[in-house]
Amino acid sequence: MSRPLCALWVFMVLLGDRLASPYRPETEPLDPEPHEANSIVELEVPPELDGTMSDGELVPHHYPAQRAAKVVQHYLNTRHGSPYRWIELHRVNKASLEDLGQAGKKYYLEISLKEVISNTDLGQCSAEVLFSGEQDQGAPQVQCPCEGLQKLNTTAEEEALFQRLNSSATPLSGSNIPDSYGHIAPEMKPLWHLGAAAASFVMLKESNESTLYNMAQVANITQLETENGQLRFKYHVLLHDMISQEILHWKLLVSWSPAGGVSVLQTEGQPKPAESTPEDTAPTSAS
Amino acid sequence: MRKDDIMIAAGLAFLILCVQNIDCTSDKSMQEGTPWNYDYTRYHPVSEISDWMERVVTDNPELVSSSVYGETFEGRNITYLKIGLGSEEVQKKAIWMDCGIHAREWIAPAFCQWFVKEILLHYKTDKKLNEMLKNMDLYVTPVLNVDGYMYSWINESTRLWRKSRSTPPEGCTCHGVDLNRNFNANWGTVGVSRDCCHNTYCGSGPVSEKEAQAVTQFVGSRVDQILCFLTIHSAGQLLLLPYGHPHISAPNYDELMAVGRAAAKAMKAVHGMDYRVGTSPDILYPNSGSSRDWARLMGIPFSYTFELRDKGEFGHLLPEEQIQPACEEAFEGALFIITYVHDKAFHNRTEIGAASVARAFWATVLGSCLATMYLL
Repeated sequence: MSRPLCALWVFMVLLGDRLASPYRPETEPLDPEPHEANSIVELEVPPELDGTMSDGELVPHHYPAQRAAKVVQHYLNTRHGSPYRWIELHRVNKASLEDLGQAGKKYYLEISLKEVISNTDLGQCSAEVLFSGEQDQGAPQVQCPCEGLQKLNTTAEEEALFQRLNSSATPLSGSNIPDSYGHIAPEMKPLWHLGAAAASFVMLKESNESTLYNMAQVANITQLETENGQLRFKYHVLLHDMISQEILHWKLLVSWSPAGGVSVLQTEGQPKPAESTPEDTAPTSAS
Repeated sequence: MRKDDIMIAAGLAFLILCVQNIDCTSDKSMQEGTPWNYDYTRYHPVSEISDWMERVVTDNPELVSSSVYGETFEGRNITYLKIGLGSEEVQKKAIWMDCGIHAREWIAPAFCQWFVKEILLHYKTDKKLNEMLKNMDLYVTPVLNVDGYMYSWINESTRLWRKSRSTPPEGCTCHGVDLNRNFNANWGTVGVSRDCCHNTYCGSGPVSEKEAQAVTQFVGSRVDQILCFLTIHSAGQLLLLPYGHPHISAPNYDELMAVGRAAAKAMKAVHGMDYRVGTSPDILYPNSGSSRDWARLMGIPFSYTFELRDKGEFGHLLPEEQIQPACEEAFEGALFIITYVHDKAFHNRTEIGAASVARAFWATVLGSCLATMYLL
């Protein structure tokens, strides 16, 4: 009586084996000589390797759409960023490009966004990014009406922070946020986010189709006297451009209040600091 | 019917036991495998990594050996761990993995250490891993750019150093070469700077840097052995395939993409993080002189650059709290590719996906059924 049941087991095993459906690559038989070195061959670029498809449509995960979407992130953080709000691009879902000749290049994007601090999914937003033509090197122009932003409410925390910093006897200061290990003291986190929002003004202005900016670090922050109901800070921020891999130093004069949002009153690009060659780098023994 | 009931029950019991054995990583304590409590969730300076490497070899002589295969500009050893089971005399097929070619990408050396720890933790009990280590050796270089990495540890102002620490060439005033632009792969053509003060300075000539020479000599003399070349970087959450030049396509591009996509899927399954897959000119930027490109040009069929977390929030200053999740997902991606490459070479098998795991599962079911049938 056990035989038919075991036959059933065997059948199930074999069925299961088939159902674990193997992916078969479309082409590519096993390469009989896998280690022949290839010389450099000029090949025609197949369409999917090119950033553009037909009718200006772009591959969403390729770099042109990604760079344009990052610009939208900077734009949104200039408008909505605060000590308790930082918006991050989650994904580019759809993208297309319109060449406007001398007027520049216009990207149309469908993106999903996230507010990182509260881990809020902001849903899908449409955006347009216009990179101006070569003559005029102005900041890219962005439009991104995003309804998901309405659900963010950070008033209570912002008011509390404002009161604390406004009435504190000693002006706040800090440096290396985050530090080398990626650590940020909890009380400095809102000032880090504020720095990121302020840095977004610079990153937005400096962005073009050949850049991809992120803020690497707040090198230094010093609180100044409150003026006109706005807290004021001097920031020294480090920006990282992924394309050139350079670190760019900027000094910013920033004002903020819960009602007024973030303003950047002055910006000053800094030359790269001179290289230091501390003696510690010389090896004492080969290890 | 009683005999059948017993058989079904026993079969299920075997099944449950066997499924538990297949379960691999994540849940186990991170401290096992290296019982002296090395903390894999912290960043370590070169001296600690060197001590760790010595200890790993001493404690696991049947599995791990180490060797110096080059010298940095400042005269420091460049060392790999060779991980494999079986005779030293036999020249086995191999996998190459290097970390820390860019100094500031601290999560990369952290990953190489994590990777080794995971191997040590599971190689005795994980049958698949055991088989792979019998068939292949893993060459793991935890820190390739030792000079640069040490420099990035000096103080906060040096933390974001990227290049090597070679002295300035004539007519220029800054140290260092971007080692990942220095390899002999369309050297100096695209995505580089000729200004020695820039972070993508490709050097005075191809393979001008001692660190690039070390990899070129070692890997170059074993091209027939090496099935897969993995080079670990941060940040950006990307899996890059050859080539960095926009007008050149690898002959096995389709397969590289398929395997890369599947690896990214395996990575996403761990903590939900997206990793984009493609050639560098497609998804990031064109570049030349990368080690990944050089390896593919030499004929190593699988060659990938891993760009680990994150996507810009912390960038290279990835918090230590993220070391574990970043390494867990990267491990799944690396293991996927290594397993695929192994199965292609040793089992003539090129399925992608959960197939290989499912096969093990169903094979175990069949085995348990047959065993139960015999016992009863």
